[in-house]
Amino acid sequence: MISEQAKQRMRTLAARYPVARSAVMPSLHIAQQEEGYITDEGLHAVAEALNLTIDDVESVATFYTMYYQKPQGKRVIKVCNSISCYLRDCDPLIKHLEQRLGIKCGETTADGNYTLMTVECLASCSTAPALQVNDEFVENVSIAKADALLEELEQELQHEGYQQCQN
Amino acid sequence: MPELIVTKDIDVPGIDSLEVYRQYGGYEALTNALRTYQPDNLVDLVKASGLRGRGGAGFPAGMKWSFLAKNDKPRYLCCNADESEPGTCKDRMLMEKIPHRLVEGVILTSYACRVSVAFIYVRGELALAGRQVEKAVAEAYEAGYIGQNILGSEFSLEVIVHRGAGAYICGEESALMESLEGHRGYPRLKPPFPAAIGLYGGPTVINNCETLCALPAIVSRGAEWYAGFGTEKSKGTRIFSLSGHVKQPGNYELPLNTPLSTLIYDEHYGGGILGDKKLKAIIPGGSSSPILSADKIDITVDYESIAAAGSMAGSGAVIILHEDTCIVGAILRMTEFYRDESCGKCTPCREGTYWLTEILERLEHGHGQQKDIELLRDICDNISGKSFCPLGDAATSSIVSGIRLFREEFEYHVTHGHCMVGPGSAVAAAVAD
Repeated sequence: MISEQAKQRMRTLAARYPVARSAVMPSLHIAQQEEGYITDEGLHAVAEALNLTIDDVESVATFYTMYYQKPQGKRVIKVCNSISCYLRDCDPLIKHLEQRLGIKCGETTADGNYTLMTVECLASCSTAPALQVNDEFVENVSIAKADALLEELEQELQHEGYQQCQN
Repeated sequence: MPELIVTKDIDVPGIDSLEVYRQYGGYEALTNALRTYQPDNLVDLVKASGLRGRGGAGFPAGMKWSFLAKNDKPRYLCCNADESEPGTCKDRMLMEKIPHRLVEGVILTSYACRVSVAFIYVRGELALAGRQVEKAVAEAYEAGYIGQNILGSEFSLEVIVHRGAGAYICGEESALMESLEGHRGYPRLKPPFPAAIGLYGGPTVINNCETLCALPAIVSRGAEWYAGFGTEKSKGTRIFSLSGHVKQPGNYELPLNTPLSTLIYDEHYGGGILGDKKLKAIIPGGSSSPILSADKIDITVDYESIAAAGSMAGSGAVIILHEDTCIVGAILRMTEFYRDESCGKCTPCREGTYWLTEILERLEHGHGQQKDIELLRDICDNISGKSFCPLGDAATSSIVSGIRLFREEFEYHVTHGHCMVGPGSAVAAAVAD
């Protein structure tokens, strides 16, 4: 569901730019925040707020890699595999994460908890190898650090699940 | 230690807040400029300082500003903070740690260029940097540094922070404008250049984040002071993002007359090659710059010296490869990047980067043939200069220079079916036996 509040934010953005259409990218970010990926409803809401056709909005949404075209795990792990991380052994790190999570890059675990993907240079070259969990950086990632991270994420997710049960 | 300019005070606790930034002299340059400079005088000041673009092309900033078309259309400033050249991580650091320096640079530039709406295009992946810049802009509005009649002057400015969403091509200035206008990030034909017809058809100035961060200091301390650093044609300092096989990778700000060897070996900077191994090659300006051989270590890091050595200063990202690196493997990895990031608009780049990757892959995995090496060069020749924007050219840099410098390694892959060095090499195989 795209909330009324989200739609209002899109309209406010449209008024802020010299041309309403410029708000298409931030509006898509809002739509994705609401639903986790770009849904038909999200495209529709952006199109309506900016007075564009749905196809037009979709043409933008499919160009940029950060707009997800399908549901993602609760934790999206993006591992950089560009040259600086490559020279600092990101490939063994990626293999290790694949083994630990039991999935290949580009896949989501069956329980919907984790999505693992490789991404292009994350501007973390002097702290390589680097990865992001839901867009926040984890740098100088050794295999041991990756294991500790996975444990931390597991606890976070358990805690979130517990809180949901309480509610 | 040389004097720091763009990274000065960057590690002061709380410097990302307006209050602390002001305690360290922040926004004094802006206050002073609005009182004592006419916009054109500021342009002259920046021209005299010799400041050049720190994004990739190294174009003189003041000259770029003076090219803005004189008509009655609204003018725009775009700060290019879409940092994504492999090896480069300086703008992210500036935005995360000292976002007000960028905001002050944006306001100064807008005043000098008579801009009334400025955009800061922050790469989508850099979430923290984006939040920090948004917070700094909000604080600057609150304090009256942005908005109507700034500090009681006639000058008014709106600043919009725009977040990208994952596309390397949007670092190319015309693609960046397309993206800002709400389209797919396809580059535009040039001319017209942005200074004539840019964003929304208005005269537009586009500067890199680090370039703008240099302005408060130049305005405060003068053009002559800034021009006192560096060389005759490459003045000032710049941040070098040092990565790869060095002991202390990091962002280091150095005057432009510093030898490359200082950056790599000095204990205050790189501290030498990882594992005390032998230096094999240097990629001096991000993955789009041609590879340099280890014997180029004594050149200085200015634009002209790096160009004379056969490469380019690019984004200032210095990537170090030591003796155990398979050059074919490293080039393959860099080429995959361009294949994935080619926007697909023009055929030579879209198809060429795909085939370059395929051929490099078969060479790397021991299925290549001798003629593949020539085929790689032939494809590079058919991309370079024949693509719509510089991305195609960039994709060929490491391949053309790599074959020229390390041809025997490519041939070794053909004749032996594996790398000459590093994992999978004869040496590694012998150890495993």
